[in-house]
Amino acid sequence: MHEQRPYRFHRTYPISADLKEFGYTIQDDRSIDLDRNDKRIIDLLKIYEPSIITCIACGSCTATCSTGHFTDFNIRRVHTFLRRGETHLLKEEILKCMFCGKCQLVCPRGVNLRNLVLSINRVIEQIG
Amino acid sequence: MINFNLFVLPFFLGLLYMVFSIVRTWYRWINTLPSIDKVKLSMVIRRPRQILATLYEVFMEGLIHRRMWKQNPLLGYMHMSFALGWFLLIILGNLESRIYSGTHLNAPYYPIFLKFFIHDKLVIFFEIYTVPGFFRFIMDFLLLFILSGLILAFIKRKKSKWFGMHRTTEQPFTDKIALTCLWLIFPLRLLAESYTAGYYRGGGGFLTQSFGNLLSTITPIASGVVAYTFWWAYSLTLGLFFIMLPYSRYMHIPTEILLIFFRHCGIQPKKWFSGFSEIEVQSCSRCGVCLDVCQLNTAGITDSQAVYFIRAMREQFVKEEITQKCMVCGRCQDVCPVGIHTDSLRLIKRRELNTSHLSDFSYIRDGKPGSCDIVYFAGCMSQLTPSIPRSMTGILEKSGISFLFLDKERSICCGRPLMLAGKDKQTHDLMEFNKTLIRQSRAKLLVTSCPICYRIFCEEYNLPIRIQHHSQFLLDLIKTGKIPLQGIFRKVSYHDPCDLGRGSGIYEAPRELLGKVADLVKVEHEYNDALCCGGSLGIFTASQQQRDMMTKEALQVLLKNEPDVLATACPLCKKTFTKHSPVRVMDIAELIHASIPAAINAI
Repeated sequence: MHEQRPYRFHRTYPISADLKEFGYTIQDDRSIDLDRNDKRIIDLLKIYEPSIITCIACGSCTATCSTGHFTDFNIRRVHTFLRRGETHLLKEEILKCMFCGKCQLVCPRGVNLRNLVLSINRVIEQIG
Repeated sequence: MINFNLFVLPFFLGLLYMVFSIVRTWYRWINTLPSIDKVKLSMVIRRPRQILATLYEVFMEGLIHRRMWKQNPLLGYMHMSFALGWFLLIILGNLESRIYSGTHLNAPYYPIFLKFFIHDKLVIFFEIYTVPGFFRFIMDFLLLFILSGLILAFIKRKKSKWFGMHRTTEQPFTDKIALTCLWLIFPLRLLAESYTAGYYRGGGGFLTQSFGNLLSTITPIASGVVAYTFWWAYSLTLGLFFIMLPYSRYMHIPTEILLIFFRHCGIQPKKWFSGFSEIEVQSCSRCGVCLDVCQLNTAGITDSQAVYFIRAMREQFVKEEITQKCMVCGRCQDVCPVGIHTDSLRLIKRRELNTSHLSDFSYIRDGKPGSCDIVYFAGCMSQLTPSIPRSMTGILEKSGISFLFLDKERSICCGRPLMLAGKDKQTHDLMEFNKTLIRQSRAKLLVTSCPICYRIFCEEYNLPIRIQHHSQFLLDLIKTGKIPLQGIFRKVSYHDPCDLGRGSGIYEAPRELLGKVADLVKVEHEYNDALCCGGSLGIFTASQQQRDMMTKEALQVLLKNEPDVLATACPLCKKTFTKHSPVRVMDIAELIHASIPAAINAI
């Protein structure tokens, strides 16, 4: 199993030292403000590669991913980032793709994944 | 000067302009060639034999249109009548005018309008000793030859199917003007010469004289004036055609000569846009032969075929969309009568338009692969068709050959998918990882199951070792008797994968291999005419539905003879076909594995 990736986008609260001494921890805040997040990427992607809306997040793409054999790269998570508008995480993640296209071949919904990855790169550049 | 009339000016000025602009562009192209190509060019100029070979090729392709004849005889005749007919008309016209005038130097317009200046009934001094009326006959004959081609060109506009073409190119405005001029030139010449011959009652050949006599009886009054008007019209259309030539598709006429010459010098297309690419772009005659073979038509994409893409390149207005709507299957490149490298032009443009060069492959950790003489690289796609690597390992183990399975657990992509997207830097990053792995394995022979990998290994990796596709490797094993075979001899039709066939030129090894274990059935589109399975990694914008259409089209062709098994040599093709095929799809390796006696029971 891979290590759980720390969710860096959450705000962290300093845990006061005295509470820690008693064995208490405070979990990171996992709330994401969807109203505030950047939806431009997903909106543009719906134009460039409309097939993205048919995704059912089954994870077949992730299961077959060549990059996924080396690291915890996860197209399904990329999709989640897209939906949530977590642009800064998306930018780092998408650079890992080797573009081999296996994900597209196994996709049961016929999502055009290679064009999706290309388009993500393009959109990220467009909006800076 | 006696041999001058004002009407020669439009022709003369047009000719001057055309010659000037052709010389200027030729100079610019040669100047923008990479220095290594310039060296190649200067080497060849010193070898007269090579120049002769080039001239022969120019004659066969530029005038006879050999490849057009192969495409369709009617199409070939049409092109030959224009090219060869006009060429001979110019050469013989010049000869004739020199004999008539008795000087070696004529004004350039003189041979073109000779019949206007000379219309005597006397037998010329020269012709007394040879065949009387020789030139008059031959010039009329050539005119008739061209006019026959013109009639065919007219018919082709309406019935292009007769010429083996289902689709024809849509022409832009400049081309239409140039085309109209070209079509008007020869009828106008016929009318001008005939009217003159009719007016003077002599001086014409079998065609122009009889036609002229007929004309002058129909319109007896002022046929001299009519003739003069036609001479003006003839000169104007010629002049306009010459002026339009550098801006229309007819620029391919002078450019193709240069292209053939460059090709004979051994100049190859580069990975970036060079003078040679410019010449290739300008050599496209927009004949539209590439339109019919393109499978994207099946998917309803009809605006991105090679001819339209090259037109966009010539107009220097290439959108990213048009570069991406191509499967890079190589079918258009294969049929192109000019031999333009349409695929590499497309990739050049993709490279140019690609703006993102960032990648992060730091996660690929260097592992020690171990070492062996024979290294097997299944390729990413084979992970989706596990039966292929399983059969390969099975065969290798049965034949007792020690080998190293390089990407057994996880595979680094060969880089070709990224290369097809124009992402050069990323490709090189991945290539470095694989090169290191292969180097560390100390392999002497690299066997791969994937034609996509095979092609990039051969073309880009510069590996100092032998590289084989598994079809070649297995054939070698069988020939050396390392695998005992017991063919089941089912009816099998073979699908040529694009990257293995047209891409790497391997047609015979898979067939020979199949011939040993099965009955190979003939298919309508095979060898270099094979269809793409539709799973191509070269296209990005085609939707799954469009891909399915192409797959079904290919399957229809392949399964026409009702084979028991559809064989292929590419994991991507296998994966794509399996989705739709009612017949079992098997890789060559699987078929061989199934034919090994000891393994028969296991399967």
